Amino acid sequence: MAAMNMIQAINSAIDTTMERDENVVVFGEDVGYFGGVFRCTAGLQKKYGKKRVFDSPISEGGIMATAIGMGVYGLRPVTEIQFADYIYPAFDQLVSEAARLRYRSGGEFFAPLTVRSPCGGGIFGGQTHSQSPESMFTHVCGLKTVMPSNPYDAKGLLITAIEDDDPVVFFEPKRIYNGPFDGHHERPLTPWSKHAMGEVPEAYYKIPLGKAAIVRPGEKLTVITYGTMVHVCLAAVEQAQVDAEVIDLRSLLPLDLDTIVDSVKKTGRCVIVHEATRTCGFGAELMAVVQENCFWSLEAPIERVTGWDTPYPHALEWAYFPGPDRVAKALKKVAEA
Amino acid sequence: MSDGTTLPPLSLHIPEPKARPGEAPDFGEMHLSPAGAVQRPAATAPETDLRFYPYQLIRVLDDEHQALGDWDPKLDTQTLLKGLRYMMLTRAYDERMVLVQRQGKTSFYMKSTGEEAVAVAQAMALDRGDMLFPSYRQQGLLVARDWPLLDMMCQVLNNHRDRLKGRQLPVMYSARDAGFFSISGNLGTQFPQAVGWAMASALKGDTRIAAAWVGDGTTAEGDFHHALTFASVYQAPVLLNVVNNQWAISTFQGFAGGERATFAQRALGFGIPGMRVDGNDFLAVYAVTAWAAERARRNLGPTLIELVTYRAAPHSTSDDPSAYRPQTEAAQWPLGDPIDRLMRHLVACGHWNEARHQALTRELDDYVKAQLKEAESHGTLGTSKHSPDSMFEDVFKDVPIHLQRQRREMQEG
Repeated sequence: MAAMNMIQAINSAIDTTMERDENVVVFGEDVGYFGGVFRCTAGLQKKYGKKRVFDSPISEGGIMATAIGMGVYGLRPVTEIQFADYIYPAFDQLVSEAARLRYRSGGEFFAPLTVRSPCGGGIFGGQTHSQSPESMFTHVCGLKTVMPSNPYDAKGLLITAIEDDDPVVFFEPKRIYNGPFDGHHERPLTPWSKHAMGEVPEAYYKIPLGKAAIVRPGEKLTVITYGTMVHVCLAAVEQAQVDAEVIDLRSLLPLDLDTIVDSVKKTGRCVIVHEATRTCGFGAELMAVVQENCFWSLEAPIERVTGWDTPYPHALEWAYFPGPDRVAKALKKVAEA
Repeated sequence: MSDGTTLPPLSLHIPEPKARPGEAPDFGEMHLSPAGAVQRPAATAPETDLRFYPYQLIRVLDDEHQALGDWDPKLDTQTLLKGLRYMMLTRAYDERMVLVQRQGKTSFYMKSTGEEAVAVAQAMALDRGDMLFPSYRQQGLLVARDWPLLDMMCQVLNNHRDRLKGRQLPVMYSARDAGFFSISGNLGTQFPQAVGWAMASALKGDTRIAAAWVGDGTTAEGDFHHALTFASVYQAPVLLNVVNNQWAISTFQGFAGGERATFAQRALGFGIPGMRVDGNDFLAVYAVTAWAAERARRNLGPTLIELVTYRAAPHSTSDDPSAYRPQTEAAQWPLGDPIDRLMRHLVACGHWNEARHQALTRELDDYVKAQLKEAESHGTLGTSKHSPDSMFEDVFKDVPIHLQRQRREMQEG
């Protein structure tokens, strides 16, 4: 075991898979010599050579398309889109091509690619470095969508994603790269080295996609969340003094329905939290599955806490971000309803 | 039929810059046409007569600081001094705003150091009514259009006086009254939008033209090719500028295709003129821009202009170039510094001297400091609170019902 932050854990996941499988190749903007603007691929070109870790033109559509072609040949590409906000030029290749290739060819061809992309706000990145577009991908049949909340999960999930034979969009909440940010931006950040989930095996291990984690067991209500908001929710639970069960989905698609349903049937109350905008966000799908599966167990209306339906405003970042106060208020409201 | 058994196995080419940190910068393979060597064609020349230009480098100022050849725009001294002043003001502004960022008064900044001639000379060669679609490194366009520094500073500081209401990342200006389009932050999106604006101008029988800027790296984006296709098909009155500053963050221009062809050569396949110019030569940049603008105004269609320069500064305040390129590279850039070159030309012509230059440097620095003091009196990022209510405005023309509800929810805490 070693103390790792999320950047190091992601680096270790790629390193581990590259060592085991010579068909794993890494490319994207600035990922080669420089090792990525967030340093997630640092040292990999030096270790594996520039034929396996290389820079790409600034062309997200080109990155995604060539990754599909490489995957069709038999490689296992791990690409980086520098910010999730820049993924849209690649959208057509992901939605129309990668996601449907297996289906349209009757299984003859498939695209075993992984797209890593830093997402989320809280770093004063403005509207072009802060978005959480995960629901645009969960809506596409044929794509898997993952978002880890800590270094341990990040490594295990990324290894699984890379070895998966289907395309996986792997969103990395950049606000928690260095520590479990709980939404209290006015306080210093606790580093991952002081957190249990910052203890990461150096060796190979996998965490299955579609298996949520109960990060805090509880009886009074169920909180369903993922990414940065896991830590915000834990802080809000303390603040609200509610015995909540907090579920970290880890993978949005496939979705761990059993864990969600078991928990909500037990507690009878549910709050759903994500940083992304509200309308048609992943929370809408979560509300639907809870309603479909747990209606007769619900004792209160389900609540959502999300980013507002506006672009991410630079100066008003903390008015936008769904922080612990907003989450705590929803927890109390649902607990007392 | 090839006999595969006799050939060596395939191998993939991965571009590599000439020098990395710790190595000596190497610009030996850069083809530099001597100043004055490339002839200026008539602005009405057919495209078929211009196919040689993408392989050249149009230069006016020589190493002795003389203006040579028929590309010399023969600007009067007042105009040259104005250009020098705008470039120096842009640099003084950049230097000051980086300090402001380091002091924690804003989150981010991007300098244009070494590239000032591109924006300043091009803005001066265009008409005030022409529409500009910049990337994030053409602050000199605003400076050369006499846009108030105070307004720019307030945007960077995201304070009360920021017309963009604190919504945008610093330097992502928008200045409609300056004919300066809102900067996106996403790369290259403005390039085909400029073509659309130019198409509209032509559709409506207007006289105004458009100009757009991208970096060398952004030429790899699909939007670059969309722009060239539409500009060529409709012969839109637009100047499509590629600022080849050699580096896209850590990625050298070879990863955008610069190893195989010049960026100006991209024009050939679209049947539009491609001009390649020394981007640090104020006179050459001015002349080529004026030539392309005249062509566009005569309804002779678009021009792709590659401006060869060097990004002397980090990509942004979040970047550290010492990790990927030799630290001495900027100093050894063979096309020099644009301010220094114009200054020396003016001195050589007897219109300028060291004392006046130093006095102007001080004057501009004092001016920037005074403007900054005023700007900071309106607040800085974090100390200047925009009303959170304003967050819900301008998503749509009117605030729709669901956003009214969310605003109420926010107000209730």
